[in-house]
Amino acid sequence: MQPFTRVTGAAAPLLLPNVDTDVIIRMDSLLGGGDLGRFALAALRFRPDGAPNPGCALNEPRFAGAPILLAGPNFGCGSSREVAVTALQAIGIRCVIAPSFGDIFHANCFRNGMLPIELPLEAVERLAAQAREGDFTVDLETQRVVPPSGVAVPFAIDGLQREALLEGLDEIGLTLRFADEIAAWQVADRAARPWVWRIPKAEL
Amino acid sequence: MARTLVEKLWEAHVVRELGDGWDLLHVDRHLLHDLSGPPALGELHRRRLEIRNPELTFAVSDHAISSAPGRNAAPGELGARLHGALKSRAAATGIRFFDLGEPGQGIVHVTGPELGLVLPGLTLICGDSHTCTNGALGALAFGVGTSESAHALATQTVRQRRLKQLRVRCDGALARGVTAKDLILHTIAALGAAAGAGHAVEFAGAAIRTMPIEGRLTICNLAVELGAKVGIVAPDDTTFAYLRGRPFAPPGAELDAACARWRELRSDESATFDRDERIDASQVAPMITWGTSPEHAVPIDAAIPTPASDAHVAALEYMGLEPGRRLAGTKIDWVFIGSCANSRLSDLREAAALARGRRVAKGVTAWVVPGSEQVKRAAQREGLDEIFRAAGFEWREPGCSLCVAANGERVPPGARAVSTSNRNFVGRQGPGARTHLASPATAVAAAVTGELCDARRL
Repeated sequence: MQPFTRVTGAAAPLLLPNVDTDVIIRMDSLLGGGDLGRFALAALRFRPDGAPNPGCALNEPRFAGAPILLAGPNFGCGSSREVAVTALQAIGIRCVIAPSFGDIFHANCFRNGMLPIELPLEAVERLAAQAREGDFTVDLETQRVVPPSGVAVPFAIDGLQREALLEGLDEIGLTLRFADEIAAWQVADRAARPWVWRIPKAEL
Repeated sequence: MARTLVEKLWEAHVVRELGDGWDLLHVDRHLLHDLSGPPALGELHRRRLEIRNPELTFAVSDHAISSAPGRNAAPGELGARLHGALKSRAAATGIRFFDLGEPGQGIVHVTGPELGLVLPGLTLICGDSHTCTNGALGALAFGVGTSESAHALATQTVRQRRLKQLRVRCDGALARGVTAKDLILHTIAALGAAAGAGHAVEFAGAAIRTMPIEGRLTICNLAVELGAKVGIVAPDDTTFAYLRGRPFAPPGAELDAACARWRELRSDESATFDRDERIDASQVAPMITWGTSPEHAVPIDAAIPTPASDAHVAALEYMGLEPGRRLAGTKIDWVFIGSCANSRLSDLREAAALARGRRVAKGVTAWVVPGSEQVKRAAQREGLDEIFRAAGFEWREPGCSLCVAANGERVPPGARAVSTSNRNFVGRQGPGARTHLASPATAVAAAVTGELCDARRL
């Protein structure tokens, strides 16, 4: 997995609440293959006729390829599709700052080198007010967002998830180190809850 | 120390504490479908990793396959590749696969309970957010991404951070003509689509206790639309009666022994929840959504609300609705009865009872997509398919179909659909499609009148 340490660049404001993963990437746009970026946030970026939506900040030249997204509450709610994260990466986004996230999307970010940062709505709005004034830096090591004003905003992040992003850790490899413990747990469980393990070989 | 049901199930599955509130949890059942299954299985194949417990893993195609009548030989252009990949990887790795046209095929969250794969007290994951549906049987069930699914295939565990605890007590009784779907839409509208973020939600109270399992499945299905990846109902006699005789549930005496243990699976009286909410079920009316989030739900006889935010303005514009006008009477173009929210036999019976002797209105396309092959066959034995066909509905093959429109089936741009599914997101049923979420009864009422209407007035 690609590690995340820090990014510097534009921060695109998209403060709608409840931007769901269907809006981030429609499921059937995956099946044709090709460039995911064309489909990312398409319902917001484009009008029904395919022309760019002038009301969407992502279409402003200054935000083309912006590595940071300033988003509204409950960003990434809905479907568990992990490709929602890679679709955002396909248009250059490495970090999403929002008041809250859909739980599964939030978890998927850490497995794909994307940093989701939770800040109160007022703080996100203050950052968004500076979005057109210059570049932002997000630093995971120091846990700070530095907007154009230079007044750094600290953020909290779960220790394990921070480490996983900084190191680009492979979780399967980490857990396989505990294979003996998993085996021992399963042996005990077979005795304690036989019905979990004795699944009838049903003919339907 | 007093604990909630979810805390008890969680702690019973901790293989190892990882620190910082994280645990390595054992996975008792792992379900795979045609969208998230092939990439997860593919990752293990590429890395030459063994599947640790294929006997605890089950696979079925539902998302990308066609629902067209007669599709079983040809699952559709988009779906065929994924269906084939899931089937061949399952065969190569010893995972039980339920093929098209066989009992056991269907929407993964419909077939799991129906087959007895889901039992009280189990942990269950699937690469799908509506895995929370299975909590209706007292299982700790949640959706995961593809990476977590691959992790579980390799290790039979998931790395999870402990969840906060939310209880929603639904007191009182639902009025006649008001369903589980209405109750959960009412709850989401009252609490908001992000109320459950970071939480597991336990549904309790008299309205839940008196509800059959099918209704509880509908309630837990929409837990994720409340923001909670886990929804659960404590198992009781209704649960145990439901499980008896299911093909993959423990047989006879083994089931009795298990039930004795499962009776202990409930939140302690003095357990504390991070958040405790009450809903008066007797006040719930038939509900329908007007916007593009499940929280945009109102009683069917209500007026379209005055927008309270830019998001509401955008939602109304997308939906082509004007504030202040009544929702009832709005012309509709499509009706979809199906999805893991409402495609079980009880849903189809409820819909057929209203459709009997009526006709789908001119200009309306109405589909019934049964949730599983078993539901389809049972409905056909009762003649429900004939009732639907005679009324002008299309009777189709089981799968996700128009709920997620991942299989090439779409509601056309600008068309207005009443759907028994769970998501009215922008573009969910097709680019530009306008979705109103409702119960099967409300969907049939819309189909036969050609407009949004209260089914109790039919």
